[in-house]
Amino acid sequence: MDTFTFKRAASVAEAVAAATAGVDAKFLAGGQTLLPVMKQGLAAPSDLVSLARVAAMQGIGVNGGMISIGAMMRHADVAAHGEIKALLPALSVLAGGIADPHVRNRGTIGGSLANNDPAADYPAAVLGLGATVVTDRRRIAADDFFQGMFTTALEAGELITRVEFPVPERAGYIKFPHPASRYALVGVMASKSAQGVRVAVTGAGACVFRATALEQALAKSFTPGALDGVAVGADDLTSDRAGSASYRAHLITVLAKRAVARALEVRS
Amino acid sequence: MTELSMTVNGVVRRAAAAPTVLLSTFLRESLKLTGTHVGCDTSQCGACTVIVDGRSIKSCTMLAVEADGAAITTIEGVAKSDGTLHPVQEAFRAHHALQCGFCTPGMVMASVALLAHTPNPTDAQVRHGLEGNMCRCTGYQNIVDAVLAASQSMKGA
Ligand SMILES: Cc1cc2nc3c(=O)[nH]c(=O)nc-3n(C[C@H](O)[C@H](O)[C@H](O)COP(=O)(O)OP(=O)(O)OC[C@H]3O[C@@H](n4cnc5c(N)ncnc54)[C@H](O)[C@@H]3O)c2cc1C
Ligand code: FES
Ligand code: FES
Repeated sequence: MDTFTFKRAASVAEAVAAATAGVDAKFLAGGQTLLPVMKQGLAAPSDLVSLARVAAMQGIGVNGGMISIGAMMRHADVAAHGEIKALLPALSVLAGGIADPHVRNRGTIGGSLANNDPAADYPAAVLGLGATVVTDRRRIAADDFFQGMFTTALEAGELITRVEFPVPERAGYIKFPHPASRYALVGVMASKSAQGVRVAVTGAGACVFRATALEQALAKSFTPGALDGVAVGADDLTSDRAGSASYRAHLITVLAKRAVARALEVRS
Repeated sequence: MTELSMTVNGVVRRAAAAPTVLLSTFLRESLKLTGTHVGCDTSQCGACTVIVDGRSIKSCTMLAVEADGAAITTIEGVAKSDGTLHPVQEAFRAHHALQCGFCTPGMVMASVALLAHTPNPTDAQVRHGLEGNMCRCTGYQNIVDAVLAASQSMKGA
């Protein structure tokens, strides 16, 4: 690993100032993506700004119909949180299915979203539940946040501080894990709320996206049967050793049906 | 170089480390605790699993500076000081849950952490809980059996 200057931020302002001061500074959250990438020599930041001690990025709060999760909350924290289990079990299931226990004990929701891996799980939660990404300087709606492969709306030095999830009436998440990596070969989050139906798909393309054809069918009837015969085009989907684009397209409808069935089994 | 201090297996240990030093390297090379193995060094295999502040983590994927001030348990810290094996170690021995032994320190640490929060796991929960640990010899069946047996022998212990 190339050398870097290590800085520990005690506040959001300090973190942003340190990130802006460095030539090529990067935030360090759980390090579960950044450290492997640095070890491979694919990233060589001048400064690493540790977020571990930033109090404003910790904690999970439930207020009315809103769950606010600090960006430094580990996947294991989200998976085990009692109120999330009760109000939004689809999110507990999603967080508890990321990687393995050791990675879940370090990896954070903020790091996962900033990274926006095309096969990551959290992007499906944020887009499929219509969450809001809160940063040091603004609030970004899910529909504006994810912009392409490993690309988000974040500006240089912009820090995700919290993520706010509105509690839907119903939601379900199903992933078809890659047999070796556990990342999503395809993952589908389907939800229904007063704002409407959302279906977000991860793993299938270059970036998480909403499956509008499925959303329209589910808006008429939020049941698995409503998706019978509704196909998703394979044109822009990923083909690799694990599955062809048409295989992934087929999986999207299959998993969306299961996600809706799961959503109907449990409240939200 | 920064002077780091952590409580490792109950003893306060201090050593200087550059920011790039991984916790696995710090444990093995600065503290000479070579029981923690480095298998892949790419965050996949779990051979380097240790417990930091009560949570199992892959020590090849954590900077030593990030563990400054933490309480750490490594494989050297699970048996009693008189040499009595931890119930998980004893169950691994009794159930032939190791062959070459390379993955074993990580498997044991992962199992200890798993049983701490899930004292009565099902077969499926053990398999899910050990997803971050790879074994190239045993085929896992005896490891799962050992963890299930350890959960029984730890009852009332
Ligand atoms: C073996 C393995 C298996 C995995 N399997 C899965 C899986 O199945 N599904 C899945 O979704 N993920 C998986 N991951 C990735 C894991 O979830 C990571 O934890 C996550 O992608 C990154 O989170 P982090 O906190 O570790 O971020 P880091 O690695 O610390 O940072 C990642 C990037 O985000 C930036 N960043 C971090 N926090 C912020 C912030 N608050 N604001 C702005 N920028 C920030 C960093 O500068 C860096 O560029 C896996 C990882 C490993 C090692
Ligand atoms: S050596 Fe750390 S996960 Fe393989
Ligand atoms: S016993 Fe050889 S790798 Fe597990």
